[in-house]
Amino acid sequence: MAVWVFAEELEGLPTEGSLELLAKGRSLGEVAAFYVGAGSDDAFAALGEHGATTVYHLDPGDALPSAGVAAAFAEILRAEGGKVVLFGPGNIDRDVAGRLAARLGKPVLAGALDIDVSDGVTVRSEILGGAKSVSTVVTDGSPALIVTRPKAFEAASVGGGTPTVVSVVMPDVGRSSATITERHVEASEGPDLEAASVVVSGGRGLGSAEGFEMMNELAGLLGGAVGGTRAVVDAGWVPYSYQIGQTGKTVKPQVYIACAISGAMQHAVGMKGASTIIAINKDPDAPIFALADLGVVGDVHKVIPQLIEALKAR
Amino acid sequence: MNIAVCVKQIPDPATPYDLDDDNHWVVRPNDQVLDDTDRVGVEVGLQLAEATEGTVTLVSMSPSGSLQGIRQALAMGADKAVIIDDDTLKGSDALTTARILSAAIDREEFDVVVAGGESTDGYTGVVPQMMSEMLDVPCLSFARKVDVDDGIVTIERQTASGYEVVTSKLPALLAVTAGIVEPRYPTFKGIMQAKSKPVETLTASDLGVEPDVGQRVTEVADVASREAGDIVEDDGEAYLKIVELLEQTKVI
Repeated sequence: MAVWVFAEELEGLPTEGSLELLAKGRSLGEVAAFYVGAGSDDAFAALGEHGATTVYHLDPGDALPSAGVAAAFAEILRAEGGKVVLFGPGNIDRDVAGRLAARLGKPVLAGALDIDVSDGVTVRSEILGGAKSVSTVVTDGSPALIVTRPKAFEAASVGGGTPTVVSVVMPDVGRSSATITERHVEASEGPDLEAASVVVSGGRGLGSAEGFEMMNELAGLLGGAVGGTRAVVDAGWVPYSYQIGQTGKTVKPQVYIACAISGAMQHAVGMKGASTIIAINKDPDAPIFALADLGVVGDVHKVIPQLIEALKAR
Repeated sequence: MNIAVCVKQIPDPATPYDLDDDNHWVVRPNDQVLDDTDRVGVEVGLQLAEATEGTVTLVSMSPSGSLQGIRQALAMGADKAVIIDDDTLKGSDALTTARILSAAIDREEFDVVVAGGESTDGYTGVVPQMMSEMLDVPCLSFARKVDVDDGIVTIERQTASGYEVVTSKLPALLAVTAGIVEPRYPTFKGIMQAKSKPVETLTASDLGVEPDVGQRVTEVADVASREAGDIVEDDGEAYLKIVELLEQTKVI
């Protein structure tokens, strides 16, 4: 098998990120998916429809996936071979990729925005908040383990048929094992942040958790979702699921409204793909203005309430 | 409890860093600072040590330079430091880094290894996971809350939509998120004591690790930046400009 895609389950089906990886994988060669989750005919059919010809399925149950999944995946890669293994940017992806790399003695190339396999394996990534593009070649033979950036590729249905499904047993990993005892969803109101066409995002300059009330109101009026910077998540004003940036989510909405956000590179990497960026900040030198299509130098506590009233009046 | 905390000295993020032209490595000045995400790891280690009368050993792979960043962590209260400073490790990737750090940690019995999520200057984000595999311990990553009780560690682990409660036996590796604790500031006494705390310096060969990098940067190029837009000073009516743009983009 030339190309492996690490795929995960969410609410009974492969995640959107998994389908994005399959689309890229298919452009590189024949694809096998290593699928972690409960598994079902519907899930396997979705993987097939998006380009997987074979699915290796492992259900970790209540075990923390990382160690056992990496051990099982390493055995299969040793037996079947492979040129590249693609991972998404999620927590389980990183856990498995890191442990797998250590098992196989192979490097991990992270932050991939594009992958070329025409002459060896070359990965393109960006550093310094997207200011520089870096090409890296793998010099250590196959398989190349690659962790991609969120939304680097677009999912595409290719109408593939039902894949061959191979069942994989979760191995006993002894003292490396850990157990998930509870799962909690911290629901946010309105549309999904990563899929929303409008994102209203707040930074530390909002002053307090209460500042997010007007973010919610504005997002509600625009049918959008609310996000935030790492600073406001660290301050406990909003949960981590709101975080946009290097260690959070990547969004590519039609319109991104940055409120009291300075625009540090760690935040910029998560939102600079938006079609239109509107920024409001007191500091005329804030780096966010270099990204903005419209920048308002002013106080969010004045501008946003005025904007809310104007939208309500329509 | 014996607690090892992985820390990294990085070029001051407030001043843009350079890449050298030949190898595209980060140019590291003599004075480097403690990575902010590692101050959080040090605080977690200190709190665990305080609760169990344990010791905190810092482990760091970097050109030691003036040791400014390491002294910052010692001043917070860590007991000692092990630095792996070796020219042959320049340009190391995540896998080599993980090999070095885990070899240094594995010289002594440990109960808990603490690492930050990703470094601010490199952000591969997989070193803790690699180390867990090498040390054969669970990787309790993305931890936003930690409790240790009677040889059992329990964490709240961040997920895309919320969190999970995860538990394992010790020894274990904790990779913590930035918001987990508020790092303490060094006291004057701490700063004075840090000057005389033991700092051991090792090379890769002391640890029996052969540096071997399986990847090479071939090209670094500038990315075209977004075209600058309109910047307006709010005169009390700037919101109208926003309404206008929202209309143009057809979201209203």
